[in-house]
Amino acid sequence: MQFFLEVLIGGLLSGVMYALVALGFVLIYKASGVFNFAQGAMVYLAALSVVGCMEKGAPLWLAILLAFVIMTLFGIATEKFVLRKLVNQPPIALFMATIGLAFFIEGLAPMLFGSEPRALDLGIVDEPIPAILDAWGIVISKFDLVAAGVAALLVTTLALFFQYTRIGRALRAVADDHQAALSIGIPLQHIWAIVWGIAGFVALVAGLMWGARNGVQFALTFTALKALPVLIIGGFTSVPGAIVGGLIIGASEKLAEIYLPPVMQSLFGGNFGGIEGWFPYVLALFFLLIRPEGLFGEKHIDRV
Amino acid sequence: MTAATAPTEAAPAAEPYLTVNNIEVIYDHVILVLKGVSLDVPKGRIVALLGANGAGKTTTLKAISNLLRAERGDVTKGSVEFRGRRVDQLSPNELVRRGVIQVMEGRHCFAHLTLEENLLTGAYTRSISRGELKQSLEKVYHYFPRLKTRRGSQAGYTSGGEQQMCVIGRALMARPEMILLDEPSMGLAPQIVEEIFEIVKGLNGQENVSFLLAEQNTMMALRYADFGYILENGRVVMEGDAEGLRTNEDVKEFYLGISSAGRKSFKDIKHYRRRKRWLS
Ligand SMILES: Nc1ncnc2c1ncn2[C@@H]1O[C@H](COP(=O)(O)OP(=O)(O)OP(=O)(O)O)[C@@H](O)[C@H]1O
Ligand SMILES: [Mg+2]
Repeated sequence: MQFFLEVLIGGLLSGVMYALVALGFVLIYKASGVFNFAQGAMVYLAALSVVGCMEKGAPLWLAILLAFVIMTLFGIATEKFVLRKLVNQPPIALFMATIGLAFFIEGLAPMLFGSEPRALDLGIVDEPIPAILDAWGIVISKFDLVAAGVAALLVTTLALFFQYTRIGRALRAVADDHQAALSIGIPLQHIWAIVWGIAGFVALVAGLMWGARNGVQFALTFTALKALPVLIIGGFTSVPGAIVGGLIIGASEKLAEIYLPPVMQSLFGGNFGGIEGWFPYVLALFFLLIRPEGLFGEKHIDRV
Repeated sequence: MTAATAPTEAAPAAEPYLTVNNIEVIYDHVILVLKGVSLDVPKGRIVALLGANGAGKTTTLKAISNLLRAERGDVTKGSVEFRGRRVDQLSPNELVRRGVIQVMEGRHCFAHLTLEENLLTGAYTRSISRGELKQSLEKVYHYFPRLKTRRGSQAGYTSGGEQQMCVIGRALMARPEMILLDEPSMGLAPQIVEEIFEIVKGLNGQENVSFLLAEQNTMMALRYADFGYILENGRVVMEGDAEGLRTNEDVKEFYLGISSAGRKSFKDIKHYRRRKRWLS
């Protein structure tokens, strides 16, 4: 039982990391209907900016601040130089533009900050919390817990921002109906620039967490692929969906990795290692069949 | 504000307010839709823009509000002036700040926002305090009590009448001087249409909001408007005060279908001479 709990909690906490990446996708998709293929590359760029600035002598806080500025500028530039030119084009054109953007970042970032893998030290150690270990005998990593806390804070802030501020409401309005938003004087370009800025910020948070855990390297761009099943399960348009989807993927893949191979082996024989790698996609496929809009996805309201 | 302008109001409104001068509109660089439309809306009036499907009413309103560009339409000739200044190059955002706002046809509510949130987005262009926002909201609720009772409902799930009220109320939140209202009667039951027109009349009288009202429902619009223009194929083919148009035999014949020998178009009506303006 203790072991089960340990696996479950470990899985949930790592799911938070997936959720962080998924969140960036959701924001942009919600506001502009664009599936931003470059979100993973943005995570890489953010992490690399932090490490790069630190190598040039900046302390951690300053490096994070500089990376924040870089990501915001990058977001605004993307809106201004890429997406604005493509207004009124079909979604597939925008999607392809973001693929191009991903390649652009993947080439640019190493040129600016170097391509060799590096460690990122946030000063939070990845070791069990003694109090919990003593009390319940469960191993919970301090780092994972901090990451979860950061994610919770980020999501709460975003949710409040969307729900209660003037800009947040305008973002949701633009997501619902561009034309109507334009007609009441909401400047779409500002709104899209803000969304890309926020997505850049979310990428920075994800980049810090993933970079600190796995090292800052090119593989960070693949975190985007991990986010895909999260999005399918949680829904492309829901911030809470990204979180819950992340938790489900995180927990289920860890549990599957531990408990599924013996079952499979007794059924089919053979070796079933590495389940973690493909299990999320199978789960996502399953969800696609029974609930294609995702758990929290907005239903299309046809009445309008 | 009303008190200050009250003495001059007795004099006829000679100063130009909204003036559309001989505009031509082309969609997608090739489709010529408006072929020289001119019209005036005097301050504090309701002017009806009438015509059949595809006559160009919506296009005219969008040319004024500058929403055309988002649909690949272009004003290629002519000009639009509001209070003596050209506004054709302004963005919708700037135009709303100057007091001109369009309510689009088809009840474009933000479906996933509540009715109250819809109204709040209408105040986007105004930087105002929470208190003022609340005040504006109460004012809209005063005119549309139905919106208040359903304020927490998602707009996508409200009735057609409520959605129409929602979009008009949302425009009011921007504190406009002039509303370009496109087919508020579309697809609504007659008594709801009546209710909405009464509210429009009330806003016109009490809040001094001017209206340019595009409608297919000719007789209804002419009952509430002061003046009317009739569009056909992208041209103004007839204009006059509402009373005159309402009793005009040709209008009656055309719109109530009491037809005599095969007249199909206002162009065939001899005694109407189109007034043209050659300045542009
Ligand atoms: N985006 C567009 N691209 C090309 N042609 C258009 C576009 N919008 C409208 N048109 C054409 O312009 C003409 C006038 O359309 P408009 O919508 O202005 O008419 P309307 O008087 O508002 O009609 P209705 O009463 O049906 O709303 C129509 O022939 C229409 O097909
Ligand atoms: Mg129309």
